[in-house]
Amino acid sequence: MGQVILKSVQKKFGDLEVIPNLSLIIPEGSFTVLVGPSGCGKSTILRLIAGLEDATGGEIIIDDIDVTHLEPSKRKIAMVFQSYALYPHMTVAENIGFGLTLAKVSKKDIQKRVNEVAKILQLEKLLQRKPKQLSGGQRQRVAIGRAITRNPKVFLFDEPLSNLDASLRGQMRVELTELHAQIKATMVYVTHDQVEAMTMADQIVVLNQGVIEQVGTPMDLYDFPESLFVARFIGSPKMNIMEGEIAEKYFCQKLGVRPEHMEISKEEGVLNGSIRHIEKLGADTLVYSEIKGYDTITARVVGNLEMKIGDTIHLRFDKKHVHRFSNGNRLNTQF
Amino acid sequence: MPAHKLLGMALRYLLLIWIAMIFIFPIVFMVISSLKPDLQLLSDSSSLRAFLPVGDISPTNYLSAFDRAPILLFIFNSVLITGITIVFSLFLCSLAAFSFVFLSWRGQGVIFAIILATFIVPFETIAVPLLLIVNNLPWIGLEGIKNSWINSYHVQIIPFIADALTIFLFVQYFRDLPKDLIEASRIDGATWFQVYRRVIMPLSGPIIATAAILKFLMMYNNQLLWPIMVVQEESYRPVMLGLQYFFQLNTQWGEIMAYLTIITIPVLIFYLLLQKAFIASIASTGIKG
Repeated sequence: MGQVILKSVQKKFGDLEVIPNLSLIIPEGSFTVLVGPSGCGKSTILRLIAGLEDATGGEIIIDDIDVTHLEPSKRKIAMVFQSYALYPHMTVAENIGFGLTLAKVSKKDIQKRVNEVAKILQLEKLLQRKPKQLSGGQRQRVAIGRAITRNPKVFLFDEPLSNLDASLRGQMRVELTELHAQIKATMVYVTHDQVEAMTMADQIVVLNQGVIEQVGTPMDLYDFPESLFVARFIGSPKMNIMEGEIAEKYFCQKLGVRPEHMEISKEEGVLNGSIRHIEKLGADTLVYSEIKGYDTITARVVGNLEMKIGDTIHLRFDKKHVHRFSNGNRLNTQF
Repeated sequence: MPAHKLLGMALRYLLLIWIAMIFIFPIVFMVISSLKPDLQLLSDSSSLRAFLPVGDISPTNYLSAFDRAPILLFIFNSVLITGITIVFSLFLCSLAAFSFVFLSWRGQGVIFAIILATFIVPFETIAVPLLLIVNNLPWIGLEGIKNSWINSYHVQIIPFIADALTIFLFVQYFRDLPKDLIEASRIDGATWFQVYRRVIMPLSGPIIATAAILKFLMMYNNQLLWPIMVVQEESYRPVMLGLQYFFQLNTQWGEIMAYLTIITIPVLIFYLLLQKAFIASIASTGIKG
């Protein structure tokens, strides 16, 4: 299966520079997630790999072949769209087999391949239905089926779960990850949802305004964010970022502590204030506290918490769990 | 249902019936008059009797109309000319619209603007130059090479295949189709023509019906000025030219009404066949018919 290499890729729309200069290696067989806020250029990168947009500069290499100027159909890729893009006038079987029909594969072979794919995705009973007769999750499966049929080197997913409800999204996350393990293809997945990125990826690429902020495994990004942007973007709830006197104590401009590393103390702590809001999630409780001189500080507590809004709260944290930043970048030096 | 709602509904229905009658009355007048002798037709025309099948009702006018003109030949000619024009028009205009919406090429915007500008040019202004052109154009047909297009079917077809309205209708419709479908089919390996044939056109049923009906009406009803200029032989004449057989020294209004009733039938059949898709298209695209 194919490795994808982007070499100094640039993309401009008129005078607007969306991707200034981007280089990236997507390893063969990896599940790489491009993540970032709206407008960061993640979908543009996917469309550049697919050939749906022409690169203004640079090279795109898939499986050792320079595909920069090749037609989308010649790049050995398949794409799953946010809207699923199923052909409404075709049945599920016709949708899945459309690429093979265009490639003039014999009807018998198309039927065989469609049946194989339908079995993998549990679509056997739906093959004669039209897309409008399917639920959101079933449509998503058909879109994935259409991608699988052509045996592509690289699968591209453009926010494929964003139209599904929360429970179905969770289920599809698992199914997609299992599918990746089963077919071992290179998958490039675009999302703005960092939970999807963390749970599915073996490599995450965090983008900000067309520039790569950090590339790494989910836990690398979580435990060692290289920039303030990554620190804020990865993790839910977000990392607490504090500045001023407390940051100076740690010889940095901004000090980050993850909510689960904030401890509630009975005695006076490092941070003292009052509880503004409590979210009980069942297994955990999130406590949002109003601390004088700082933004809201979030603490994650295991289990239930016998406190209420307005109560005084004392917070402290261990220095081995702090993240130090100056000029937007991580400080790795000892203090 | 409360009384005021019932009254409101009754008023709405009355208004709709009134509007429907405004549209239906000329047709009723035509059909009823075609069944009456001229004397009665003229005397009834100043009263409501003009819309009622009363008095001396008979199919005589129809029989006379068939005697006076080769009506079936004219209908055949009109349907043939209109049908072929519609088929080619739908194909070429939709292809043109496809290239305006989905492809990008130099001068696209200017060409589209020029096409739209032809909306405001009435046919009468180009009729004479067009006549000069077709009069000198050679044609290779079954009868061999001819030096002119005059007196033929194709002279009534080819100049009317491409038109701005049909292209515009397709452009508007195509612009509303999801771009993802086109991109998905490109990734699936479809050529541009396959995208057109296998994805776009199967999804364009409503606009095909609308464009076909409008083109049918445009062609069938307006076959007067141009055929007068380019067709002298009876064998190529459309239905509208046939009317002149009835406006002679002794004008028989009953026969004229019978002739008009007969030539309206193809229009009704065509509309009824495509009615469902036509209404769906108007409802979904906001195009006013």
